[in-house]
Amino acid sequence: MEQPLITERLRAVRQPAAMESSGEWCMAKFLMRGGTLVDATGVRSGLDVLIDRSDIVEIAPDISLPKGARLIDCDGCVISPGLVDLHTHLREPGNEEAETIESGTRAAAAGGYTAVVCMPNTEPPIDSAAVVRDIIFVSKDALCRVVPAGTITIGREGERLSPMVEMNACGVRIFTDDGRGVQNAFVMRRALEYASALGAIIAQHCEVDDLAEHTVMNEGYLSSIMGVKGAPNCAEELMLIRDLELAALCDARVHFMHLSTSGSVELVRRAKLAGKQVTAEVTPHHISLTDEMLSGYNSIYKVNPPLRARSDITELVKALSDGTVDAIATDHAPHTKASKELPLDQAPPGMIGLETALAVAITVLKGNSSGIPAEVSSPGRLTIEPSVLQYSMSMVDIIAAMSWKPAAIAGLDIASGGRHGGPLQPGAPANLAVFDPSAEWKVDASRLLSRSSNSPFDGLYLTGRVVHTIYEGEPVYLDGEATR
Amino acid sequence: MNPRECGIMFHSISFAGRLHTLQLRDKVTLIKYTTVKRVRRDSYGYRRLILAERERKLATPRGGVFVPRSQVMSVDDVDRALVRIAHEIIERNKGADSLSLIGLQTGGVALAFKLREIISEISNAEIPTGTLDVAFYRDDIQLRPVLPEAVTDIPFDITNMTVVLVDDVLFTGRTVRAALHALSDFGRARSVQLAVLVDRGHRELPIRPDYIGKNLPTRLTEQVDATLEGVVIGDVVKKQR
Amino acid sequence: MSPLRNGLLSVGDLDLDGIGNIMKLSAVFSEVLGRDIPKVPALRGKTMAMVFSEDSTRTRTSFEIAAKKLSMDILSLNSSQSSIKKGESLKDTLANLHAIGADCFVIRHSSAGVPAQASTWLPVPIVNAGDGCHEHPTQALLDCYTLIKELNDSGDSADDDQILKCFNGLAVTIVGDVEHSRVARSLVKMLDMLGAVTTLCGPKTLMPKYVDKWPVRVRYRLDEVLPETQVCYVLRLQNERGSGIYLSSMREYAMNWGIDHRRDALLPDNAVIMHPGPVNRGVELASDIADSTRSLILDQASNGVAVRMAVIYMLLANSGDVTFDKGAFDKGNLVSMRYADRETNEQV
Repeated sequence: MEQPLITERLRAVRQPAAMESSGEWCMAKFLMRGGTLVDATGVRSGLDVLIDRSDIVEIAPDISLPKGARLIDCDGCVISPGLVDLHTHLREPGNEEAETIESGTRAAAAGGYTAVVCMPNTEPPIDSAAVVRDIIFVSKDALCRVVPAGTITIGREGERLSPMVEMNACGVRIFTDDGRGVQNAFVMRRALEYASALGAIIAQHCEVDDLAEHTVMNEGYLSSIMGVKGAPNCAEELMLIRDLELAALCDARVHFMHLSTSGSVELVRRAKLAGKQVTAEVTPHHISLTDEMLSGYNSIYKVNPPLRARSDITELVKALSDGTVDAIATDHAPHTKASKELPLDQAPPGMIGLETALAVAITVLKGNSSGIPAEVSSPGRLTIEPSVLQYSMSMVDIIAAMSWKPAAIAGLDIASGGRHGGPLQPGAPANLAVFDPSAEWKVDASRLLSRSSNSPFDGLYLTGRVVHTIYEGEPVYLDGEATR
Repeated sequence: MNPRECGIMFHSISFAGRLHTLQLRDKVTLIKYTTVKRVRRDSYGYRRLILAERERKLATPRGGVFVPRSQVMSVDDVDRALVRIAHEIIERNKGADSLSLIGLQTGGVALAFKLREIISEISNAEIPTGTLDVAFYRDDIQLRPVLPEAVTDIPFDITNMTVVLVDDVLFTGRTVRAALHALSDFGRARSVQLAVLVDRGHRELPIRPDYIGKNLPTRLTEQVDATLEGVVIGDVVKKQR
Repeated sequence: MSPLRNGLLSVGDLDLDGIGNIMKLSAVFSEVLGRDIPKVPALRGKTMAMVFSEDSTRTRTSFEIAAKKLSMDILSLNSSQSSIKKGESLKDTLANLHAIGADCFVIRHSSAGVPAQASTWLPVPIVNAGDGCHEHPTQALLDCYTLIKELNDSGDSADDDQILKCFNGLAVTIVGDVEHSRVARSLVKMLDMLGAVTTLCGPKTLMPKYVDKWPVRVRYRLDEVLPETQVCYVLRLQNERGSGIYLSSMREYAMNWGIDHRRDALLPDNAVIMHPGPVNRGVELASDIADSTRSLILDQASNGVAVRMAVIYMLLANSGDVTFDKGAFDKGNLVSMRYADRETNEQV
């Protein structure tokens, strides 16, 4: 089944030369008028942005519309560097029913992302240069930059190291066995040593299998009365402690994925204070939803690591606001409707998030300033803990966690030779997200562009909506619709 | 409180639950409860049963409030009618041998025990008397609300007996049909007769009473409330919400 | 009257009135079961689908008999003989059974929450007949009914209006593997609603982690709690728990938490012993104590039929969500029912 599908898609990939002449939007100039610029240098308003081909050519007040240029209305919107996701599951190759590179990157474009790091737990896994090259080739036509992450071990089995040097030569900067933590400390030590010599990063999914295998949700009062197996917080923290020590031992950089517990961020905070080379990410769902969502046994809310308690949410947001946690990564994990309709303990963990990440971040992290009253528990609205509100963040900090900080971790920023994460200046690449930070919208999972609809925010009102996404000078997402 | 929420909030359940216990004790529960042990005959909770019957009888699928219009029979009228019926029963069956009374839950029960009293006074015989709830035999299950069903207690073998079914009001005949069906599950009676306090007409089944307290022509939409305390005719009006 | 609108998924679906009404209805059905022809035509023409993906003797036969006594038709499905084996999803199986004509479903599944999920898929009532380690509400109801019969019989004169009163302050000790017991989860909820004082006792490995937030006392030494126990509810110890991870051995469990003759003597004279079955004789319960006069194990089994008849009848015979308006009696008006759900255009 899969083989013809891939070949068919490969045939469909357009050559770069053909792309330039055939694309409706290519070879065009665009003038973005009326937006407020937000990037690492701060907030600037009253400036228009002129784009020519794949670069920004001019940023100035009141640029007159050049001949042949198209106007993109950004009135009332924020123009920021395109968002960068460190943690996306594109499911191709292997599970194209749930998502493909095409549909996944279209969803990314709809979420304001111009680059995504795709996780290697595909079928076959990204544990060889061949698969890396295949994904890079297929994604040439995608609606955003796709950067494959490679596995740490062959087949993600946690035993033998994968060919990291070869994959690194193909452009892989991040190695992870995501979905599983590397259980064996000796293997982890060797992986850290191997990767550090390459300048690559080991990204760890922290979870001790002995404590977390076959678990369905957070271990707490709710799991005890629901009669399901719960994963204790320490299942995550134990591996995090181990890997902090191992990284120090090997003098290696380590990145911790989707942290979910208050203990984890405290450990990262201490490690950073001690000057260790540590980075960390949290997901939009871990800073907004608690394990109570699972009380109806709806497997949409099953995710790994599981949704935790209220107190954990507060600590995660605090860690984001004080910089302990570097990035917000979506852990966009599409699953088919059928697989999510299995019994809770058989359904696969994961939820989609590319299209709602920015809105969730704005809704949660700008709770005070975006006009949402403190008693935010009205029906149909994402409930925000009052304790979270004290850690509300500025728009620059929110975009930092979603754009240039993750770009730097993935090696996609300009300093590392990439084209993402800004800053916005003449000559910089035109990878931009344009969003209305105060627009209210209701999530309708069935209308999201991802091929799957397992969104935990379905039916909820969120604040902040992506309007346009410019990828390499091409408006891939314009006025709320994907252009191709 | 939404019961599904209770399931989650264990503690709030326990709190609300205890409150409920207190309230329950003060509440008049309308229908009798029994275990398998036989219920004492004299403890039927007469008043409660009357209320329950009114509930049940007026529980049309539509619901509403019974507004009494006029009294058709007084207490004395009812007494006289029952005495006459008692005499008729003894006359028709040539005595009280192998005679038994079964009151249909819930309006017929009080009448049946009153009849037993009168018959035993007249004939000096103890008439075996039971109660029968026909809810499980009705043909309109699912059209009316479920109530905690009333007691069925037939502490004697009806086989080869003459059974007189006693009910308050004979209307469509559907209750009696259900009663005949139910009775056949208890044994093979030699004959079954029907005594009613009021026959209000509008039969929907070929059923004819053997003993009638009063023939009462009614409109289809009217309601008749017949108890030992009298017979009242009235209407059910839609309840204000 | 009935809060059972979508089915009985958890004890949490019931309130005190609901439990009381099921108890009263169970008593009525007990009487039906005592008749020469113990069968009523109440639900003839209705079909009950039984989907059991786990082995069961008591619950399955009990539901089956209950449905038959109500003149229902039964569609019985074993996961081993069904298309689930062929890879059909549970949702598809249930949807097809519903399309074929099932009016209600009785579901047992090894995964917690399956009946709750099914109730979102199907527009007919679902009865949870045990889901994983979550709940087994009809078991709790039949235990409750068994206790009512036992306690009200031995008491002086039970006031019929206060059938649930006997639970007030009743000292119930649940012994054994609480962590993996759906019976315990349902029972603890129900006993708490009824005002009983529940004590859990067993090895700590078999207690849920957050049991301190449950409305119970927890004790680890059985001998301390037995003298003040009125109802000793013994849970089944699954053999695989004795394999060395939860317990060092079955023998050690039997010695420390099994009800043997010495512990039987510690119980007050009028205390009763219950067990949801099947009993591991000689492990959690000594063989002759399971057969002794204080054991209610067989009463539980026989009462299960009446209780399940009551539950099915309440689910399928009801016409809507009905409540009494008792206050109206005092005003001299005779009040029928108020339909919470149903709006009618008919002129009354």
